[in-house]
Amino acid sequence: MIPELGHVSLIIAFVLALGLGAVPLWGSFRANVAAMNLAPTLAVGVSVFVAIAFALLTISFLSDDFSVAVVAANSNSLLPPIFKFSAVWGNHEGSLLLWVLILSGWMTAVACLSSALPLTMISRVLSVMGLIAVGFLAFSLLTSNPFERLLLNTPLDGNDLNPLLQDPGLIIHPPLLYMGYVGLSVPFAFAIAALLSGRLDASWARWSRPWTNVAWGFLSLGIMLGSWWAYYELGWGGWWFWDPVENASFMPWLMGTALVHSLAVTEKRGVFRSWTVLLAIFAFSLSLLGTFLVRSGVLTSVHAFAADPERGLFILIFLAIVVGGSLLLYALRAPSVASRVNYGLVSREALLMVNNLVFAVATIVVLLGTLFPLVMDAFSLGKYSVGPPYFNAVFVPLMALVMPFMTVGPISRWREDSTRRWMHELLVPAAVISVLAVLLSWFGSGAFNLWVALAILLAGWVVLGVARDVWRRLTQGAQGAPRWRRLSASFIGMTLAHVGFAAVVLGAVVVSQHTEERDLRMAVDEVAELGEYRFALKRLSQAPGPNYVADQAVFEVSHSGRVIATLIPEKRRYLASGQVMTEAAIEASLWRDLYVALGEPIGADAWAVRLQYKPMVRWLWLGGLLIGFGALITALDRRYRAQLSRSAAVTAAVDKQVLGLAR
Amino acid sequence: MPVKRFLPLGIFALLALLLFRGLSIDPTALPAARLGQPFPEFSLPVLQTEGTVGATALDPRPALVNVWATWCYSCRVEHPYLLELARRGVPIFGLNYKDDNDKAREWLAQLGNPYRLNVVDAAGTLGLDLGVYGAPETYVLDERGDIVHRHVGVLDQAVFERDFMRWFPRQGSQGASD
Repeated sequence: MIPELGHVSLIIAFVLALGLGAVPLWGSFRANVAAMNLAPTLAVGVSVFVAIAFALLTISFLSDDFSVAVVAANSNSLLPPIFKFSAVWGNHEGSLLLWVLILSGWMTAVACLSSALPLTMISRVLSVMGLIAVGFLAFSLLTSNPFERLLLNTPLDGNDLNPLLQDPGLIIHPPLLYMGYVGLSVPFAFAIAALLSGRLDASWARWSRPWTNVAWGFLSLGIMLGSWWAYYELGWGGWWFWDPVENASFMPWLMGTALVHSLAVTEKRGVFRSWTVLLAIFAFSLSLLGTFLVRSGVLTSVHAFAADPERGLFILIFLAIVVGGSLLLYALRAPSVASRVNYGLVSREALLMVNNLVFAVATIVVLLGTLFPLVMDAFSLGKYSVGPPYFNAVFVPLMALVMPFMTVGPISRWREDSTRRWMHELLVPAAVISVLAVLLSWFGSGAFNLWVALAILLAGWVVLGVARDVWRRLTQGAQGAPRWRRLSASFIGMTLAHVGFAAVVLGAVVVSQHTEERDLRMAVDEVAELGEYRFALKRLSQAPGPNYVADQAVFEVSHSGRVIATLIPEKRRYLASGQVMTEAAIEASLWRDLYVALGEPIGADAWAVRLQYKPMVRWLWLGGLLIGFGALITALDRRYRAQLSRSAAVTAAVDKQVLGLAR
Repeated sequence: MPVKRFLPLGIFALLALLLFRGLSIDPTALPAARLGQPFPEFSLPVLQTEGTVGATALDPRPALVNVWATWCYSCRVEHPYLLELARRGVPIFGLNYKDDNDKAREWLAQLGNPYRLNVVDAAGTLGLDLGVYGAPETYVLDERGDIVHRHVGVLDQAVFERDFMRWFPRQGSQGASD
């Protein structure tokens, strides 16, 4: 009964979404206030019924209802309850429902927080989001019904959740990632609504900017968590693989990075308008493309969902309608008069343009690399896989290119600045960091490494520039209010995100250059050395888990004669599926990780073992956290709240005017 | 209206065409290493009787060789269709892949047995020789015992009618043996 109720809720949500996609939109063109006023109510209605469906699916998982096909395929009675919960989205059907749930969550947030916006705008935004919900609910209902039953031959027990996914990281990684993916639908909807109204102005940018920052922040956190999960769960200590599924989440992030910066220019200066709209469309289109690539089976990957060409065709048609439709709308309605160029080559606008170009090119580069195997296959030129060498060769220089500008950007002035002023501001940081780069790279590892020195130079340049900027804001200007209050939330957020980016770059370069690893056979009481660390294999044992049996190896790690850690890597055999998983043991710290993973048993009392020393690998994820939280903090800026309350008064007037015109 | 406005739309249209083409390609359609060659020689135990058999035991032909296991969910999905094919007279040989014998016997007792014979490949050695990608997989052996076709994934009516029918013209159509 519960699955059927879930199915019915999903159908009701679909019908409400149809209404949301059609009625307020129609009303906005007919100046029908009653129709437009329906938008928030319908949006909340869709959310409620999707939430009910999601809750009922969760109940099916928690109560081991193996008559439901996805439960039988992805859960097991022995599975610990927390993983039964995360198993809800550890499969295609359930994760699609999570997608829709998060979309409706964003819809509700927009409906509740945008009462100050003009009614025509808000009703169009919600209608566009409603249409997206229609597409995904139809996808779920027609091709991927999560409530499908196996009533005739109900299995006695489930097939178990893929052991790779039985991990705390998976509980929060997909929801965070989807918050970002799906959140990009908000700036998309604002862009479409603005195109429909033909009014692409600064206020449109101001409205969509906090939403964009929040979505992009979640996407950053989601990607960061994914990388961390891959590092400790896949068992070979890598943290980024340029795998198609990773790229699927990375491309919207890159495009989102460009969008976040471009929106700043459009809000403050009213330029780059067409470009910003295009970026908003692209960013969300790339999330849809990611969904297509992951779920259609077009590309092979370690973590693609079960592939089904029919589902692929559905998403492709949906993709064609959404992206094709919005690009057509763009072609017809984008501002026909190019915004007058009223900024100099030496100005903040120009620097942000550099950011936009670099990140747009980076997106294209990753897109080409991801689709290249598909292109070759499509023209029957053979099966290819594009590996990390290509991505690193093109991506790393692009990031190195953008970093020098990251310091100048925040201190530069809009419209017209002077290189002399830049020199004056930044000469000291430049000198300091050049010396430090050489010294630090030397002391850090005992030998000069050009790449590490360059990374310290670029990352340090960004950090020192940011520090200089913070210092200047705190010390200069009139006395009065407490000085820290002069730092706005958006400034603090930007600062954190830039420092985080520098930390990611530094961590990535150092860990790639200075990782040490040994693969060897070890028996009990044998000792292996790795750099300054000694790894002693003390004993081998077996330990039962809730739904697996584990072979454990106990290692004692010592440094200059002192024991610093006991590491216990495991090899788990999961009972239901018989799959074998490597569980690495990691001793983590800010400056280095020690990483031990078991390979295969060799004979009765020895194992193939991989030992790794990974310096500064944590910086990658700390940096990712700073980027993500920095972006979230910007949305707290008082100016958005102030704008909202101020524009509330204006709204009524604007609405009247618009409605008057429409009549 | 400036033409360059339509540029993004044009580029997207090309991309969409490419993706559409991509849908009809199966990335798992790795050519079987032994396509057109004789079934690899082996000597392995049989699931439900004593003793070992070799490739000559795969008779009558043409026949299907179905790679399956109890740990494989998709195998459960395709099982009813295999029963249906067996009922129509298509000879099916099972390759029980990296599985537990007791569980496999229980499976057949519970769900029905479409197989003429089940070869037990507990260590996966024959699977290695065949180039098995994952269960389920189904191979076609022609009269001479050569591997002439390979299908990765669930075998169902649509797949059978599209790719397998030419080797089983008589048994293939529904109700032919009734």
